[in-house]
Amino acid sequence: MATKSPAAPASRGAVVLGPHANALTRAERLELYYWMRFTRSLEERLVNLYRQTKVVGGLFRSLGQEADAVGSAFALEPGDILSPLIRNLGSMLVKGATPVEILKQYMAKGDSPTRGRELNIHFGDLERGFVGQISHLGDMVPVMAGIALSFKLRREKRVVLVYVGDGATSTGAFHEGINFAAVQRVPMVVIVENNGFAYSTPTTTQTAAKSFADKGIGYGIPGVTADGNDVLATYEVTREAVNRARAGGGVTLIELMTYRRKGHAEHDNQSYVPAGLGERWAAENDPIDRYVARLTEEFGFSPKELAAMDARVQAEIDAATDEAEKSGVPGALDALTGIYADPPLEKPLWFREGVTSAVDAHERPVGWGVYDAAKGGKS
Amino acid sequence: MAEITYLEAIREAMSEEMARDPNVFLMGEDIGAYGGAFKVTEGLLERFGASRVIDTPISEAGFVGAAAGAAHMGMRPVCELQFIDFISCAYDILTNYVATARYRAFLGCPMVVRGPSGGYVRGGPFHSQNPEAAFVHTPGLKIVYPATAEDAKGLMKAAIRDDDCVLFFEHKYLYRRIKGVMPAGDHVVPIGKARVAREGTDVSIITYAATVYKALEAAEQLAAEGVSVEVIDLRTLAPLDDEAIVSTVKKTHKVLVLHEDTRTGGIAGEITARINETCFEWLDAPVLRVTAADVPLPYAPSLEDYVLPQVADVLTAVRRLAAY
Repeated sequence: MATKSPAAPASRGAVVLGPHANALTRAERLELYYWMRFTRSLEERLVNLYRQTKVVGGLFRSLGQEADAVGSAFALEPGDILSPLIRNLGSMLVKGATPVEILKQYMAKGDSPTRGRELNIHFGDLERGFVGQISHLGDMVPVMAGIALSFKLRREKRVVLVYVGDGATSTGAFHEGINFAAVQRVPMVVIVENNGFAYSTPTTTQTAAKSFADKGIGYGIPGVTADGNDVLATYEVTREAVNRARAGGGVTLIELMTYRRKGHAEHDNQSYVPAGLGERWAAENDPIDRYVARLTEEFGFSPKELAAMDARVQAEIDAATDEAEKSGVPGALDALTGIYADPPLEKPLWFREGVTSAVDAHERPVGWGVYDAAKGGKS
Repeated sequence: MAEITYLEAIREAMSEEMARDPNVFLMGEDIGAYGGAFKVTEGLLERFGASRVIDTPISEAGFVGAAAGAAHMGMRPVCELQFIDFISCAYDILTNYVATARYRAFLGCPMVVRGPSGGYVRGGPFHSQNPEAAFVHTPGLKIVYPATAEDAKGLMKAAIRDDDCVLFFEHKYLYRRIKGVMPAGDHVVPIGKARVAREGTDVSIITYAATVYKALEAAEQLAAEGVSVEVIDLRTLAPLDDEAIVSTVKKTHKVLVLHEDTRTGGIAGEITARINETCFEWLDAPVLRVTAADVPLPYAPSLEDYVLPQVADVLTAVRRLAAY
C-alpha cells in the first residue's frame, strides 16, 4: 500500500491571540521576529560556506520551521534548560548560542564549542540552558527527564524542554523517557516537531496514531497540537505547558505542525516528496511571511523597522563569519584528552611517536642482548 | 569488628555515601519497599526516603538515561539493574550518550550502574551473564568487578565519588558466600589498581571476580605439587592495571588468564595482547586462557558446570604451563 503524503498547508481562519501571546510586549514581539530571521539568515550563510567546502560535514536546515523552535524556546525563563533537535537552531539562539559558535562548530574549528569533536549544532552549555543532542534519536528524552528530576529533587522551580521529531517518537528511548518523566511528575515539556518526514519516511509510515499528541493519553499526560508555523501559537501553547510544569503539574506533550522544506540534509534531493508540495508550503505557509504580515497589519510595525532588523541580523552574521574563519583546526593530539576526568589523557599511539616498534620501547631480561634494528635481531 | 558479607559491604558503602553526600541517590526496579531482588538496598528507603531511593518503571534506558541527566546537574545517581543481563537494554544510552558526554560535550556523568552478575547459580542464559567485555571496548566508561567484601565496599565508595560513569559488576555467587572485616574509617579502594591475591613464583593466574576463588583453590592444590602460583585479582577492568600485569609476568614468566566470561572477544584476549606487546621477551611459555565456552549460559547443572571454568580446568592449564 502506498503511504500517504504529508498534508498540504491547511487553510487558516482568523487566529485569536491566547492570553500569553497577548501579554507579550512590543519589544518581545520584535525579538521573536529577530530570532526567526536570524535562524534563516544564519543557515543561508552556512549554505554559502557549505558550497565553498568550508563546512566539513553535512548541513541541516530548518527552513520553514523557524517559528516552532523560536516560539517554544521563547516561552522558557533563564535557568530553564532545553535540548534541541537538529532543526531547532532557533531555540539555541534564543537561549544564547552565538553565530560564531555555530559557524565554528560547522567548520570544525579548534576553538569551536566542542573543539572539533562534534558536528553541527551538537553542543551545549548548561549555564545558558541548552544541552547538546546526540544522533541517536529519542535518547535526549530520558536524559532531559533526569535533568528535570534533579530540579524536582532539589525543589528548584526550573523547567526542562526537550524537542524530538516525528520519527523519534517511534524509539524505545522516547517511550521509556517520557513514561519515566510522567510517573515521576517531573517539570518537563516534550515537543514533537511534526514536519512530515523523518529523512524520507512520511509520518504515515511512522505511526498509526491519528496524531502524535494522542500519545499523551497512554502516558497519562496532556497532549496538545498547535500550529508550529505560527510563532505566537507556538509560544502560547509552550508557555502554558511550561507554567504548568513549573507549578508542579508534570509533563505535557506538544505536537507542533510544520513542514520540512529542505531535505534531511543539504545532500538530500527530496525525490520522495510529491511534486509542488514544498513550493506550496513556501508560498502559502511560510512562518516568517506569516509573522511579518501580522506584525505590520495587526501590531503596527512598519516595514522600515523590520528592514532595519534584517540589516542588523546580516551585519551580525557577517561579523561572525569573519571571526569564525580566522580560527584554526584543532591540534591532532587534542584527540587524546578529556575522555575521563581521571586520567585526563589517553596514551598516545606508539606507531605515531617515531618508535621503531612497540618492543623497542621496553627493556628486556638481563642477558638477552640488545635489539639491533639493522640486523633485524638481537646482537 | 564483625564480618559482613560481600552484599552487605555494597549496601554499607552506598549507605555511607548517601549519608556523606546529599547528591547521592538510588534508582532501580523494586529497590524501595522490596529492597531489591537480592535485597542489596534493603532498609535504605526507610533510612533515606522515597526521593533518594526511587523505584522506577521497567525501563533501563529510561532510568540510566535519567541518571545521566541528573549527573550533569551535579547529582550522583546509583542505578541498580535487577540483573546485569539487562544492561544491554541501556547499551545505547551508556555507550553513545554517557561514555561520550565528557569528550564531546564536556559534561560529566558521575554515576554508577551496578547489578548482580555472573553464573555458577543455575540462572540460565538471562540471569548469569558477564557482559563486561561489551563495555571494556567503549572509551569513556570505567568498569570494576570486585572479588572480596572489602573491595566491594571500597570500590563502591570510589565509584560513587568518581567523576565519570562506573559500571559496577557484583558477582551474585559471592553475595552471601564471601565475608570480610571492613577496615576502619573511610575505606576507599582506588579504581584502576589490581591486587595480588596470592604470592607465587612459578605461574601467574590473572583473573577477577568469582574465578579468583577458583584460582586460589587451584593454587592451594598446586602448592602441594610444588608449583608456586601467583594470583592477580584485577578488581578494575577499565582501566586495566598494566603495571600489575607486567610485574607478575616479569616475576613468573608464565601466565594463565582466567575468566568466567566467554572466550572470543573476552578480556583475556586483550590482556594477552598487552603482554605480547609489552613483555613478550619475559615469557617462557605461551599465554593460555581458561574461560567459559562460547555458548549462551545453559541452565541445567551438568551443562553449566561444563561451560563455566572450574578448579579442575585451572589445574590442567597451570600444570601444562609449569611443565612447558
